[in-house]
Amino acid sequence: MTDVAPLRPPAKAVADRRLPRWQTGQVGGEAHLEAVDVPGPVLSEESRRLAERIMARYPTRRSALVPLLYLVQAEVGWVPRQGMREVAELLGITTAEVEAVATFYTMLKLRPCGKYVISVCTNPSCALLGGRQLFERARELLGEEAEGGVTADGLFTLEEEECLAACDKAPVLAVNYLYFDRVTEERLEEIVESIRAGRVPEAARGGVPGELREVSRTLAGLGTLRDASTALPEEGARG
Amino acid sequence: MAEFEPVLTARWGDPEAVTIDGYLRTGGYQGLRKALRMAPEEVIEEVKSSGLRGRGGAGFPTGTKWSFIPQDTGKPVYVVANFDESEPGTFNNRELVERDPHQLIEGIVICAYAVRAHTAFVYTRGEFVWPGTVLERAVAEAYDRGFLGKDILGSGFDLELVVHRGAGAYICGEETALLESLEGYRGQPRLRPPFPAVEGLYRSPTVINNVETLSCVPHILDRGAAWFASIGTKTSTGPKIFSISGKVNRPGNYEAPMGTTARELIEEYAGGVREGRRVKAWTPGGSSTPFLTADHLDTPMDFDSITAAGSLLGTGAMIVLDETDCVVDATLRFTQFYAHESCGKCTPCREGTWWAARVLRRVEHGLGRMEDLDLAFDIADNMLFKSFCALADGAASPIQSSLRFFRDEYEEHVRLGRCPLRAEEHPLLEAVSDRTGGATGRLAQVLPEGREVELGEVLR
Ligand SMILES: Cc1cc2nc3c(=O)[nH]c(=O)nc-3n(C[C@H](O)[C@H](O)[C@H](O)COP(=O)(O)O)c2cc1C
Ligand code: SF4
Ligand code: FES
Repeated sequence: MTDVAPLRPPAKAVADRRLPRWQTGQVGGEAHLEAVDVPGPVLSEESRRLAERIMARYPTRRSALVPLLYLVQAEVGWVPRQGMREVAELLGITTAEVEAVATFYTMLKLRPCGKYVISVCTNPSCALLGGRQLFERARELLGEEAEGGVTADGLFTLEEEECLAACDKAPVLAVNYLYFDRVTEERLEEIVESIRAGRVPEAARGGVPGELREVSRTLAGLGTLRDASTALPEEGARG
Repeated sequence: MAEFEPVLTARWGDPEAVTIDGYLRTGGYQGLRKALRMAPEEVIEEVKSSGLRGRGGAGFPTGTKWSFIPQDTGKPVYVVANFDESEPGTFNNRELVERDPHQLIEGIVICAYAVRAHTAFVYTRGEFVWPGTVLERAVAEAYDRGFLGKDILGSGFDLELVVHRGAGAYICGEETALLESLEGYRGQPRLRPPFPAVEGLYRSPTVINNVETLSCVPHILDRGAAWFASIGTKTSTGPKIFSISGKVNRPGNYEAPMGTTARELIEEYAGGVREGRRVKAWTPGGSSTPFLTADHLDTPMDFDSITAAGSLLGTGAMIVLDETDCVVDATLRFTQFYAHESCGKCTPCREGTWWAARVLRRVEHGLGRMEDLDLAFDIADNMLFKSFCALADGAASPIQSSLRFFRDEYEEHVRLGRCPLRAEEHPLLEAVSDRTGGATGRLAQVLPEGREVELGEVLR
């Protein structure tokens, strides 16, 4: 049998990178604890005051669970176990209950995460127009460790994204969930380079993406994005 | 196309419309003023006789849904706007809120008045950081001007509106999973009955409607049920925003009367297929609705006609594939989506989506066997109507419909040992097929020991 050394290692493009929802998170088990925990407290006095405000919006405190985890993410940049403990205390439920919820949602980052989460949509409407190639280019640019982890400079986490509900602007890429439309590989390179150089480019809508901590604050329900007017650029109605 | 005047998208050309002043200048909150002068029951009657059916996928009559809310339980009533929009191919809710958030708010206030709710939520998809911000700003304006809060427009009616952000889970668009999520639990569906109208949020009577559905409501109140019913068809009334994407020249949201044909939407509104190619397959309402083919293009896009054609109107999201696109590949990618988004609560869906993705993957990449086609169909059959919620039915749709209409293409994958349309082959397969002149079937003969296992891992 001849050697087939020139074969490249298996591209994970075909393997499932996306874990099923019922397997996401993977928190729990002693072996993981070190990687997913930090010393406390993680919520500042100010955050605890804000937490009270958030809880007061809902008929039950428990409804504020996800917003409070976003608040932890706004403090730490991701959601360590210690954050779950503090949220559990605030809500008067067990840490296990908080963990059960936290592991369900992909926007709660349960391990250290880049300041900028790059999401590339590879669902068919985007894939038909080059979404997959864009994702592969992003993998090359950011390196393997960006997927499910964070680049050595702490800047990037890369995610293969499901339909972002902007298929008319395919292929779509998001930086901390602000969208860039009809992104080419050159544009992707520009975006990555600019972020590395400390000049985050402006998204198609919503202004310049802040760091994940800042965006998590918005997601917790605590205010708006920086330097973005509500007026929409671009083409208007069709019909 | 000419005589239809856009309703829901009428303000989209006007950048001022996102502000309350711009909205008021163009007739905004007139529907609410009229509603507040009517009895709540009269508002429900008006919506009922407009014939409005839910735009979130199922097409349930909206007025009827509101009339199911019991008023004698002693519990509060809640209204929830479903702004979780995640069905692949669907993107009209996002643009509705980005361009005209007050239209939604007005619809919510009217709905809450009709069902006597004093608390409403907008469950906003987590990824909608920006649309959610547009909405929050509009909500703040509406409070300032007395369209939300205490004693709205002096009517004595109070309403609090909370914008809640999700955290990335397609299943939270399913109404009972949404309620679980909003209560602070994992977003997994509940058993129905009891339906949310009876036991919804916090086990209280709850109305859940899609953003586009609620955006229709102000117009019904302002211009009358009869006017609304005069648009569209007898059983699918009113205007509809069709999200058209994929291989068309001008992808976008296009508002047209219910019952406009798919051909007109694709060819005239969306500018036809790119590079003069022909439509091969398309979905009428997102990935959860069975594929249709070029033979179905003259079908009117309304609930009943699309059902009669063997699919579902769903969200009106048309994903268009041309003759150079691989249907097996699109089906595989959709199936991977469902496998990822399955909440894991019930076995047919949790296991079925996972296995179907694997079987389809090996077919797409040239390692399939003819039996795999029936196997994939069978797996889908074991999910369809046998699972806890409709996510699994949606997962079965692309698999079964593509096998029905494009079986030849599947068989060609198996015969050739590769995808006939894929430009780039998987690197391992490429090398393998170099050695076998295309056939990847006899792996053991061409791969050294170890490599075989590696490839097996990839294509399992
Ligand atoms: C898996 C799944 C996902 C859904 N996602 C959404 C969604 O994102 N938005 C939506 O309005 N309805 C969604 N629905 C439909 C809702 O369950 C519900 O029928 C709808 O919100 C009711 O609103 P309508 O009567 O105005 O259509 C989904 C259903 C399922 C089964
Ligand atoms: S059908 Fe799928 S998504 Fe729905 S409850 Fe079952 S496992 Fe969850
Ligand atoms: S498929 Fe990429 S945004 Fe919809």
